[in-house]
Amino acid sequence: VKLLIFSLRTFTKKSTKIDSLLLDKHGDYIAAYGSKKDDYEYTLSEYLRMSGIYWGLTVMDLMSQLPRMNRQEIIDFIKACQHDCGGISASIGHDPHLLYTLSAVQILCLYDSVDALDVDRVVEYVKGLQQEDGSFAGDKWGEIDTRFSFCAVATLALLGKMDTINVDKAVEFVLSCMNFDGGFGCRPGSESHAGQIYCCTGFLSLTGQLHQLNADLLGWWLCERQLPSGGLNGRPEKLPDVCYSWWVLASLKIIGRIHWIDKAKLRMFILACQDEETGGFADRPGDMVDPFHTLFGVAGLSLLGDEQIKAVNPVLCMPEDVLQRIGLQPDLLS
Amino acid sequence: MFDKVAGVSCFESVLDRKEWADLEPVRQDDGPNPVVKIAYSEKFSDVYDYFRALLKNDEKSERAFALTADAIELNAANYTVWHYRRVLLQALSKDLREEMRYITAIIEEQPKNYQVWHHRRMVVEWLNDPSEELEFIADILSQDAKNYHAWQHRQWVIQEYKLWDDELEFVENLLEEDVRNNSAWNQRHFVISHTTGFSDAAIVEREIQYCLNQIKKAPHNESAWNYLKGMLQDRGMSSQPGLLERVLELKETHCSPYLLAFLFDCYEDALENSVQRENAEEDERKETLKKALEICELLAQEKDTIRKEYWQFLGRSLKNRFVTGGSSDEPDVAESSGKQESN
Repeated sequence: VKLLIFSLRTFTKKSTKIDSLLLDKHGDYIAAYGSKKDDYEYTLSEYLRMSGIYWGLTVMDLMSQLPRMNRQEIIDFIKACQHDCGGISASIGHDPHLLYTLSAVQILCLYDSVDALDVDRVVEYVKGLQQEDGSFAGDKWGEIDTRFSFCAVATLALLGKMDTINVDKAVEFVLSCMNFDGGFGCRPGSESHAGQIYCCTGFLSLTGQLHQLNADLLGWWLCERQLPSGGLNGRPEKLPDVCYSWWVLASLKIIGRIHWIDKAKLRMFILACQDEETGGFADRPGDMVDPFHTLFGVAGLSLLGDEQIKAVNPVLCMPEDVLQRIGLQPDLLS
Repeated sequence: MFDKVAGVSCFESVLDRKEWADLEPVRQDDGPNPVVKIAYSEKFSDVYDYFRALLKNDEKSERAFALTADAIELNAANYTVWHYRRVLLQALSKDLREEMRYITAIIEEQPKNYQVWHHRRMVVEWLNDPSEELEFIADILSQDAKNYHAWQHRQWVIQEYKLWDDELEFVENLLEEDVRNNSAWNQRHFVISHTTGFSDAAIVEREIQYCLNQIKKAPHNESAWNYLKGMLQDRGMSSQPGLLERVLELKETHCSPYLLAFLFDCYEDALENSVQRENAEEDERKETLKKALEICELLAQEKDTIRKEYWQFLGRSLKNRFVTGGSSDEPDVAESSGKQESN
């Protein structure tokens, strides 16, 4: 009988759909992250720590719970991660990289403490990564990817220093990555992928070049990501994942076609990705949660208009009020 | 491989190794005020404490090289370790072919790791020898035919070393196995656009035939329809004689929302062309417009309701452009009037 009751309970628990937003639970999850549980996972993600902090702080700010985080400790940590070349690493003792340079600048913008960095050196670092064809390497080892084009212009836009790179050449490279289906990949010829599309539309917004897109064609490709479950995938014939609720949705918002998604169905999918016990969001219902999917689940809900969450900027994935304070309003198509 | 469940492994503690006795390990430093406390497993802290010591001393030695392999085994995503390994490969003039075997083993275990693929590319460049690559990538793709890293690496190898010859055949074999593999369809476009190109009418006809054959096998296939549309949109759908008829025929037995969307595109293209032809039949135009609008209605109400907003937008913008012979209606007028409704 005990066994029967146990399996009945398990079955019942799994089939209960979560249809409300558990903001307090998510705040508790992020505030406690790394301090006691899941140490092994935390250790393994040290190589992306700076981005991990950006995800955590941003979602807390969107949920109006930023004061729960340790501002000074984080600023000191970032200072210790800036290298002589100006670039910033994921953590202490790691090498600098564009990805973590952007995350660090985003965090300092949240905290209005950009002066914690040697800004001129950051700019030199970013500038030094631009290649002859306009593309950007991620670091001195030369991997080229449109993600890094986005990181470069986002970093410089937040610092107000976009004019230090060759913007025209940078645009030329990104446009050369536009595919026959209207989407973008990581390099010219690469398969269209929602994550890369987000980076490229964000890039084109920041460089004032959104008119170069075929917005109807791209918008159609993006709204095709919605599956019958309401969730979004990243390319044709793949599974849905809550983080695509951000990459796809933000892209649609940037090109002015967010209404082409069935919002109600997407909202239901995102809410179902929450974990009622631990807080946080997973990639899809029932899986393990992490800060990455938590940010993009909450940010996606914000784009869908949830009034319990602060407005999020679709280009930079930062609270709108932070960007207003800085005076940065990237273009959006209407 | 490291046994995370037991937390115990047969890995001998670095502390026990005589050859490390001279080195002072560097404990993890999380800054002046640690953001959070971190509890490591013993083995992990062993290896990484010594790794940090090596980095600090900028030591370039065999033991350092060996330790990078331990560090990678514990956390293959740590890009700083890969960097250091590359520095050591060059400083110690290591055997790069042996390195290729090592990289192959790591990728087989962790095929979605960015760092190891980039590392492979660097070593292939240093060796200037791509001879193993196509076969290796084919093997990885046989385990996951959509691995994004594998495809990027493949495109780089083919383009860099001009290995186009057998690629179309490779793509066709993959599509035989899974006609819905979007990566393979993308690769098809990649190969053709870099070799014969799409301007030759015979090539276009061949590709249309190929697409329609694949669609017959699996009608609900977004990739095939995307490919077909992508290939034709610049030349114009109605530039292909007989294509509309073939698609209408397919509609009877192999219909899908994608087929209907494609038909819409054909009708839209025909309407655009008839605007330019002065002697265009008014009745014919009206009929084409009616059919196009019916498709939008069918998709919005029945066949693809989740994208209702999109199909209704298409219908409205078509009406705005082509109803009552308004030849001054530019596409962006249609867009703005369409978008005055909610965003």
